[in-house]
Amino acid sequence: MKKLMQALVAVFLISFLLLYVVDRLNASSGQTEGSTLTVYNWGDYIDAELIDRFEKETGVKVIYETFDSNEAMMTKIEQGGTTYDVAVPSEYTIEKMRDQDLLYPINHSKVPNLKYIDDRFMDLSFDRGNKYSIPYFWGTVGILYNTDEVNGEITAWNDLWKPEFRNKILMIDGAREVMGMGLNSLGYSLNDTNEAHLQEAKAKLDELTPNIKAIVGDEIRMLMGNDEASIGLVWSGTASELMGTKDNLEYVVPEEGSNLWFDNMVIPKTAKNIEAAHAFINFMLDPEVAAQNTEYVGYSTPNKKALEFMPKEMVEDKRFYPPAHMTERLEVYENLGPEMLARYNELFLKFKMHRK
Amino acid sequence: MDANKRTFYSIPYMLWIGLFVVAPILLVVYYSFFDLNGNFTFANYQNFFTPVYLMMTLSSFWYAFLITFFCLVIAYPAAYFITQSKFKQILLLLIILPSWVNLLLKAYAFLGIFSTYGAANSFLKTIGIGSKQILFTDFSFVFVSVYIFIPFMVLPIFNALDKLNPALVYASRDLGASSWMTFLKVIFPLTSSGVKAGVQAVFIPALSLFMITRLIAGNRVITLGTAIEQHFLVTQDWGMGATIAVFLILIMVIIMIVTGTRKKGVL
Amino acid sequence: MKSFWPRAYLAFVFLILYAPIFYLMFYSFNSGGTMSSFDGFTLDWYKELFSDTRLLIIVLNTIVIALLSAAISTIIGVIGALAIIYARKRIYQNTLLSLNNVLIVSPDVIIGASFLILFTIVGIKLGFTSVLLAHIAFSVPIVVIMVLPKLQEMSSSLIDAARDLGASRFDVLTKVILPYITPGIFAGFFMALTYSLDDFAVTFFVTGNGFTTLSVEIYSLARRGISLNINALSTLLFLFTIFLVIGYYFIQQRNEKPAAGVRK
Repeated sequence: MKKLMQALVAVFLISFLLLYVVDRLNASSGQTEGSTLTVYNWGDYIDAELIDRFEKETGVKVIYETFDSNEAMMTKIEQGGTTYDVAVPSEYTIEKMRDQDLLYPINHSKVPNLKYIDDRFMDLSFDRGNKYSIPYFWGTVGILYNTDEVNGEITAWNDLWKPEFRNKILMIDGAREVMGMGLNSLGYSLNDTNEAHLQEAKAKLDELTPNIKAIVGDEIRMLMGNDEASIGLVWSGTASELMGTKDNLEYVVPEEGSNLWFDNMVIPKTAKNIEAAHAFINFMLDPEVAAQNTEYVGYSTPNKKALEFMPKEMVEDKRFYPPAHMTERLEVYENLGPEMLARYNELFLKFKMHRK
Repeated sequence: MDANKRTFYSIPYMLWIGLFVVAPILLVVYYSFFDLNGNFTFANYQNFFTPVYLMMTLSSFWYAFLITFFCLVIAYPAAYFITQSKFKQILLLLIILPSWVNLLLKAYAFLGIFSTYGAANSFLKTIGIGSKQILFTDFSFVFVSVYIFIPFMVLPIFNALDKLNPALVYASRDLGASSWMTFLKVIFPLTSSGVKAGVQAVFIPALSLFMITRLIAGNRVITLGTAIEQHFLVTQDWGMGATIAVFLILIMVIIMIVTGTRKKGVL
Repeated sequence: MKSFWPRAYLAFVFLILYAPIFYLMFYSFNSGGTMSSFDGFTLDWYKELFSDTRLLIIVLNTIVIALLSAAISTIIGVIGALAIIYARKRIYQNTLLSLNNVLIVSPDVIIGASFLILFTIVGIKLGFTSVLLAHIAFSVPIVVIMVLPKLQEMSSSLIDAARDLGASRFDVLTKVILPYITPGIFAGFFMALTYSLDDFAVTFFVTGNGFTTLSVEIYSLARRGISLNINALSTLLFLFTIFLVIGYYFIQQRNEKPAAGVRK
């Protein structure tokens, strides 16, 4: 009994001591008073130096919180309880959030730096007139392959069905990505809702089964880095980072078409500091800031002016900065509605179960 | 006896059950009757009885069984040997310690170790077996799951073994029983409560394993936990997700009743 | 334990338990920046770590939450185990036990989402308090499971004897029952710590207003790739815990010996 009590007291003492230390640290790391801005973003998706710079320039303290999936982030914003001032969802989520009235419109007059954004990435189907969102990063979905192990070039989705790639392909665990690939390979749109086309795509994907080694998540980066598989269906951001460390990898956006994705900045309805939120968005659009951020993150920036401040070999890489005629054949995911999304997922689940 | 006095101190626990167990269950049951558009429906329950979900239930059971079985087979001797050691407290802590390192990081480490060019395969090569596909197999899935759950099995078994009266074992030996017979007739029955606790602490959560199914098994194993995760986060079909959860809870209750306490509590 | 095989067996088990951790530690010194290929030795990840106040705060938060939630859930869990044992009717026992285990069998997303709804309805501010409450909540059942077998194997004669000697109910509890089930209580506490340190999904849903734990931070890094400074951090934390465990052990050894001597 004595031992138990001692242990209990010790645990509480240590806890309160640590709490005190945290409190001191919080106090010393920034002004506790004055206005704060809560930014809700993917982990490590911003150069932390820029946050410090923003804090210094504006005197606003930034609280940086992170999420790991669009859906989880949206649930949090829907439920409230935290004052998120700026969030960075992907395009299909923006559409959903807008439909559920979770976003504040963005006052363009308070974001003068918007003029630096490439026209190609403005006024897209998911947010006409950029009423609710401002592009942050963008990219494509494509094929990453190991040039040491793949003979010849891969240029199209249909190349993946070759029998020589038996047990060599890794795919990302996303219903839209995988079904989209099936649809694209048949020449359909990746936003297709025709049941016959979807069935056809699922049947075609089933034929790919022997070539698929695994369906994985973000760990695809590590697996491709380990040479675990020679071909991977990946997002361009993953590809560009991997290719920075490995020379024998090549990335291609398939010729049948593929997905063009965006992560945009929005102001959710949970925002309390709308003024600072606009200031933050404008700050991130500043060409120099955007350039520094892009070099840190490694994804493609939509900021045309920022390209001038970036290394040439980065900007001229057509795989990650494809010219306009190439981006034209790419499609953005449209919000197909909950029923259609469920249908996609059901087919994808059956496809996954089929592999057993 | 004085029933009121007895229940008085259990208030915190009952409060916990009410707030954090009963309320969420009601919420889950409530959600399970709604479809994607928020209309009342029984369709989710009908949907559960389709081959897709029945197969999933079956495979969840099968893997949970495998995981529990191997956990027990590995943990029992480990716990036994630890009780025999001079440093038993410290060894026990060393069993728990690895579980305090973040699970995702450990899973990534396993990805590295089991990969085609990883440590495990280099080892297989040097002993002459040759390179094998280890990742994305049933083996790696069960292996990593057992790895995660081992402390949950070792601890209760250790506690049961530790207080075992050695006189009983000596007595059995003196009466001419072999080591094996002593174990089977004396040691094991006396530690059955610890084993049962361990089995519960492993089997129940193993039913709803997720993440590992994707990370280590490359989605070749799909369990009910994975499906719920998908429904809540990707499809946002909370109704179907909640329905599967209702079944998971029902399955758990059945297990509890079947394995339930046969002996009455002594107090 | 003199024979060879038990030792070999334990050594093998420990080797496997620690293999992934050594792997993580090894790559924390990699200058290559990934856990794939070892390019060269560096201490940069450690240096980076010490300049990162945000990460330090997160680590401390994580430890505080783990310790407090484990301690409180242990108290509630012990009470719960006693309540289950005292419930003499089989049906009542089974009901309590089933309710107890609901949170273990429910996937984290469901627990997280329902707690989030619960907290927002009740009006608890998301942050430290909500995370602490959630962690206490999902750690209670594992404590009960760890404590229960000890209670069940306690012989009633022990308690009867105490009663015969005129011990009050409270005395029976503190002088007979609790000392007997102490190993179970510690097991429960450590398992609760494990639950708390490992949890990502529930914490993610119920946290807010700048409060984060290490797990949430690590999972949100997955999309961009987990930087090796997390490996460095894990290495330091791990070594620190090992140090604590061994230190504690020796202090205890030293304290126990003279005490034993005096008694003689």
